[in-house]
Amino acid sequence: MAENSEIKSSDYAIECKEITKTFGTVVANDHVDLSVKYGEILALLGENGSGKTTLMNMLSGIYHPDSGSINVLGKHAVINSPADSIALGIGMIHQHFKLVEAFSALDNIIAGTPGKLKKRSALREDISAISEKLGLNVDLNKKIYNMSVSEKQTVEILKVLYRGAKILILDEPTAVLTPQETEKLFDMLRIMRSEGCAIIIITHKLNEVMAISDRVTILRKGQSVETVLTAETNEKKLTELMVGKPVSLSIERPEPIDPKPLLNVYHLSVDKPDGTVALEDVTFDIYSGEILGVAGVAGSGQKELCETIAGLNGIRSGAVLYNKENIIGKTAKEIIELGISMSFVPEDRLGMGLASSMGMTGNMMLKSYSKSKGPFIDKKPARELAERLIKELDIKTPSTEIPVRMLSGGNVQKVLLGREIESAPSLLITAYPVRGLDINSSYTIYGLLNEQKKKGVAVLFIGEDLDVLLELSDKIMVLCHGRVTGIVDAKTVTKEQLGLMMTGSTAEEVLGNG
Amino acid sequence: MAEQAVQNREKFRIRISKRAEVGTKKAVLFRAISVAAAIIAGGLFILCIGYNPFSVYGTIIKGAFSTSMAFQATVKVMIPLLISSLGVTLAFKMKFWNIGAEGQIIAGAICASYFALFHADLPHFLLMIIMFAAGIIGGGLYGLIPAFFKAKFGTNETLFTLMLNYIALYVIVWLRDGAWADPESGGFPKIARFVSNAQLDKVGGIQVGWIIGLILTVIVFIYLKYTKHGYEISVVSESHATARYAGMNPKKIMLRTMFFSGAVCGIAGMVQATGSDMTLATSVAGGVGFTAIIVAWLAQLEPIAILIVSFLFSVLEKGSSVMQSTFGLSTYCADVLQGIILFFVLAGEFFIRYKFVVNGKERN
Repeated sequence: MAENSEIKSSDYAIECKEITKTFGTVVANDHVDLSVKYGEILALLGENGSGKTTLMNMLSGIYHPDSGSINVLGKHAVINSPADSIALGIGMIHQHFKLVEAFSALDNIIAGTPGKLKKRSALREDISAISEKLGLNVDLNKKIYNMSVSEKQTVEILKVLYRGAKILILDEPTAVLTPQETEKLFDMLRIMRSEGCAIIIITHKLNEVMAISDRVTILRKGQSVETVLTAETNEKKLTELMVGKPVSLSIERPEPIDPKPLLNVYHLSVDKPDGTVALEDVTFDIYSGEILGVAGVAGSGQKELCETIAGLNGIRSGAVLYNKENIIGKTAKEIIELGISMSFVPEDRLGMGLASSMGMTGNMMLKSYSKSKGPFIDKKPARELAERLIKELDIKTPSTEIPVRMLSGGNVQKVLLGREIESAPSLLITAYPVRGLDINSSYTIYGLLNEQKKKGVAVLFIGEDLDVLLELSDKIMVLCHGRVTGIVDAKTVTKEQLGLMMTGSTAEEVLGNG
Repeated sequence: MAEQAVQNREKFRIRISKRAEVGTKKAVLFRAISVAAAIIAGGLFILCIGYNPFSVYGTIIKGAFSTSMAFQATVKVMIPLLISSLGVTLAFKMKFWNIGAEGQIIAGAICASYFALFHADLPHFLLMIIMFAAGIIGGGLYGLIPAFFKAKFGTNETLFTLMLNYIALYVIVWLRDGAWADPESGGFPKIARFVSNAQLDKVGGIQVGWIIGLILTVIVFIYLKYTKHGYEISVVSESHATARYAGMNPKKIMLRTMFFSGAVCGIAGMVQATGSDMTLATSVAGGVGFTAIIVAWLAQLEPIAILIVSFLFSVLEKGSSVMQSTFGLSTYCADVLQGIILFFVLAGEFFIRYKFVVNGKERN
């Protein structure tokens, strides 16, 4: 459709003007302007729900704008489907990879293209030519399910490049990577930039914006607030633009008061339902009044660890002692009654802790409904609790009966965490409590966790943002493939050291080497 | 501009997209429109086959309401439909796709009929209680079978309950042609008519099933909305993981709810056999178990709405049978008419949830 060869580098690769997109009554994009040149990396910065992904989905043909125009290479473009988008030379790398697990890298790269008709050896040469140019190293015969997250991402990138993409869009590409892998990805992007690609990278991590981008476009509440040159700004200014007001970016870390061991996990081994190892010989202690952070690449056994302590999983061997009493073999209900509260939030926030189509009232009762006498439920205390939480935690909802799935991410997290804290737990397990939250809500959540800590509650905090883990936790346990590679002091360890442990080096190796 | 127009024409396509949740007012309006459209489309069909739509519709209404006899017959159609719709609703609320109401109705009817045929000498009131209990247990256990296998082996409940329908049906045939055959029928395959002691009493000229139906409506309403069991059902329907997290036992809840679902359907079978048919016939369920699924969904699984919808369905059913005989229409014409009406009503539900989008411009 477009002739890529006749483009001067100063021309805009993509120019979006006045793009508006609404979903029902929600305005996801409100007259958004955005442009990116060839040979440039543009960071698209914004909090969750500010409309970043919606905008990019319109460029990749998944949504269609209600109004506004998209110009590709100076020409008006109508992008009705992903096929149109690919034909225009736009390639999107989604946050959740779109790869066929059972296929090899090669098959995934050529899927849906006429490449199937060519000889394998010719294909291999074509793809190797691309990957060599970028310094990529991929085993084309390797099956996707055998690959690490960063290898999968490389395959995704090769996939769009093979389709002739000169404009790359990456949706939160670093969310699942270790610091070392992130650095590798950035090197790759820098080479692509010098090859003349236009790159848009979606992120909400400020340090990454500063490290990789040439310009930054900031979205706030669906509007494009400003576009600035990276060289002329700093993290503080960007935060202010993103949030709309000055915010302090430091997290408090009160000293633990009188810590006593509360939960001891001894040589715990757990298998997944399919028989593979989830946790192997995990041993650690949690102290009262202390936040124990858990770091690890997604899927390193965090989920199983939470579920086992909450009594939802069977184990292979080991023991979990709570106040010196083994809780293995107890039902979830008995463990709740002991005062262990799990506000476990899996990838989809509403998956386990909340019943998504019930209102706040219904969700407040989730763990306490059986306590009332007789066959009937008592909604009154639950409604009162819901109303109190709305006031105390500033939860934005039209009423206590609106299904929680209709609330925004931050409010959902507050509902969940508020309920758990209200049950006055002595151990609070929380996984990814700020996933999908804006900065303000995130800090509210950190504040809530610190408040619990001051009350002497032991907190197990499964996190993904290493910066936050380092600032909030007292100790950090690192998991890799279900094994503990180290339990370190959060005040002294560095992000790089954590990154090495996340990929399998032990604490002795990492800290010993310095 | 011209180039763009050409490009647009090439790219002309219709997409379906999800609507934002509509308000109650708009939803009621959509439903009213779809009912009106249904009546008009049905009228066109009647016109096409050469009759006056107004007189045909008039006959349907008259056929269902004109005399007290007609009204009683309408209610009689409604009783099993209402009760079994309530039954499947219990399972559907849990997202357990119980397509087996037909079989559970039959199972309840068979168990109740055993006492009607072989213990008819018991005191009337005691016999009725026993038959009622037999209906509950028969239907309940029949509903428990697919739930047990789903809990134990993860079998698909849709296929399982569907197949059990046929098994139940042929059990009646087997009984009719064998152990329970009526010796006085002169070789005609049927089961003996229940003696009057084993027949359900009448209240207001209609068998007492209508009162049972109303009571069950209230019970199911309260059960789902205000009891712990009802709360557990709605949590399990959300996700088994959430239920386990809250300390519930989803398998136990599934078994219990399916027992109740089958039990209510079993009551429908008992009431139909002893109150309306006065015998156990192969037609005791007669498709009611399937119609109940439609009724339950049209009523959005709300017991009070089920009462209304099942009544309207019965009017249509009873009225069409009068229409058939008055105009000499074939059964199929009545079925087509019912189908048209149903189609439009369901389409209305579709438009409450979705809208058409033509190339970015929205159309309703």
